[in-house]
Amino acid sequence: MIGDIDPLIINLTIFVLAIFVGYHVVWNVTPALHTPLMSVTNAISSIIIVGAMLAAGPADTDWGVWLGAAAVTLAAVNVFGGFLVSQRMLEMFKKKDKKGSA
Amino acid sequence: MSANMVALAYLVASVFFILALKGLSSPESARRGNVFGMLGMTIAVVTTMTLTENWTLILGCIAIGAVIGTIIAKRVQMTAMPELVAFMHSLVGLAAVFIAIAAVNNPVSFGLPAVLPAGSKLELFLGTFIGAMTWSGSVIAFLKLSGRMSGTPVVFTGQHFLNLLLAITMIGFGLWFFFSETTNWTAFIAMTSIAFLLGFLIIIPIGGADMPVVISMLNSYSGWAAAGIGFSLGNPMLIIAGSLVGSSGAILSYIMCKAMNRPFLSVILGGFGSDGNTATGDDGGQKTHRSGSAEDAAFLMGNADSVIIIPGYGLAVARAQHAVKELAEILHEKGVNVRFAIHPVAGRMPGHMNVLLAEAEIPYEQVLEMEEINSDFSNTDVVLVLGANDVVNPAANTPGSPIYGMPILEAHKARTVMVVKRSMGVGYAGLDNDLFYMDKTMMIFGDAKKVVENMVKSI
Repeated sequence: MIGDIDPLIINLTIFVLAIFVGYHVVWNVTPALHTPLMSVTNAISSIIIVGAMLAAGPADTDWGVWLGAAAVTLAAVNVFGGFLVSQRMLEMFKKKDKKGSA
Repeated sequence: MSANMVALAYLVASVFFILALKGLSSPESARRGNVFGMLGMTIAVVTTMTLTENWTLILGCIAIGAVIGTIIAKRVQMTAMPELVAFMHSLVGLAAVFIAIAAVNNPVSFGLPAVLPAGSKLELFLGTFIGAMTWSGSVIAFLKLSGRMSGTPVVFTGQHFLNLLLAITMIGFGLWFFFSETTNWTAFIAMTSIAFLLGFLIIIPIGGADMPVVISMLNSYSGWAAAGIGFSLGNPMLIIAGSLVGSSGAILSYIMCKAMNRPFLSVILGGFGSDGNTATGDDGGQKTHRSGSAEDAAFLMGNADSVIIIPGYGLAVARAQHAVKELAEILHEKGVNVRFAIHPVAGRMPGHMNVLLAEAEIPYEQVLEMEEINSDFSNTDVVLVLGANDVVNPAANTPGSPIYGMPILEAHKARTVMVVKRSMGVGYAGLDNDLFYMDKTMMIFGDAKKVVENMVKSI
C-alpha cells in the first residue's frame, strides 16, 4: 500500500510533522540563547550542502558541476562559520556559569 | 552504500539536528546540543560523499569554505553578530539557487528523471524563489546592519503595488516554466531574476530597529529554502532540517513582533520609524530635563541598595559591555544588588544583549528577562538606562500613542532613573520619551562607554 503513495505525499507528511517538532522544541529555547539559536539554525540550514554535493558529484564535468562546486563552498562557509561561532558564544555562557557558582 | 543505508544515516543526522535545538533550552546543555549539530552535519556530509564521484573537487571546495568560515567565526566581534547572521543567511539563499539551477540543468545527477516531472518543477520553482529572495533580502539586511547602508526606510509611492505586480509576474513565469514540456530556461531565469529583485524591494523599506523581525524572518526563509530543495530532491533529511529552521525563525519573528506590539504585516510592509533625530514631539516643546555628570550618577549608585541596568542598542554601538561589567562588579563589591533587565527587542537581533553581556562575563543569573524583573522596578533605588529609549517609554501605557500596548520595562517606577544617551534625540519610533522629563530622572549625555568608564573611576 505504501508503494502506491506519491512520494510527494510522504514528503509532505514528514514536512508537517517536522514543523510540529520544530515548533515545540523552539518554544523551549531560553530567550537568553536566542542569538545562538539563530546561528545554530543557520548552520543547520546549510544542510543544503548535501544538494550542492550531488550537483558537484557527476564525473562528466559540465557547467552544472561548477555551479554545484560553488554552492558547496558557500554552504561549507556556513557550516563551519555557523557551528564555530555558536560554540564561541556558548563558551561565554559557560564561563559565567563557573564564576556564578564559585 | 545502499539507498536504504543512506536513508538511515540521514535519519540519524535528522535526529541529531533536533537534539541540537533541544539543547538550547538551557545554557548548561547548549554546548552539547551544538556538538550534536556538528555530528549530524558530519554524518550527512560523509554519507553524501559516497554518492558522488568528484571527490577532489568537493573536498577542495569544503576545505576552502572551512578556512573562510573558521576565520570569520574566530574574528567576528560579538557586537557584529547581527550582520554576521544576515551574511550567513545570504549564503544559504544563494547556494539554494545554484543547486536549483544545477538540478534544472542536469536532473539525473540528483536521481530525478531526465525530463523533469511537473511536481519536481513546482518544487524547484519554490526552492529557487525562496532562495533568491533570502539572498537579496539578506544582503540588504547585512548592509543596513553593518552601517554600509542607511538604516532609514526607503519608501516611494506605489511601492507595494510594484511589489505585488512583480510577485504576480514572477508567478506567471513560474507557471510558464511549469507547463513547458521541455526545460524552459527563459521562464526559469526570468522568474529567478524577479525573485532576486523582490528580495531587495521587500527589505529596503524596513527600518533599523525593525531588524530583529527581519533577521528572524530571513532565518525562517533560509530554512524553507532548504526544505524546498529537500522536496525537489526527495530528501527527507533536508525537509526535516529545513522545517526546524523555518519554524524556529517564524517563532522568533512572532516573539519580536509581540514585543513591539506590532502586527507582522505592518513590520514587513515597512516604512515605520527613522534613525533621524528630529523630535516630532507633541506640542509641549518647553519640557525641561535635568542633566548630570557621570560622577553624580556614580555617587548615587554607590549609595544605593539596588540597581537595575537596562542595556539597549546604544551599548552595542559604543561596545560598552566590558566597561559595564566593571561597573557591575565594583557596585557588587560595595554590596549593591546589581541586575540587568533585557527587553526582547533590545539591540538588532533576538538575544543580542544577552550575548554581549555574556561576552563580558556577567553571570547570567544577574541577567533577567522583562517578565522576570518588571515587578521589581517599584522597589529599586536606581535604574541605569544605557542606550535604550523606546523600550522604556511610558507612552506605551497611553492610549493613542503610536507605541500604545507595547510591553515596556517599567523603569519609570524606580526611585531614581539615570539615562545615558548621546543627545535628547528621539528613539526609533520617532517619539519623545516622557521618562526623560520626570523629576526623578537624570540625563547623562555622552558615549555610553566613556560615561560608564567615568562612573567606574569615580565610585
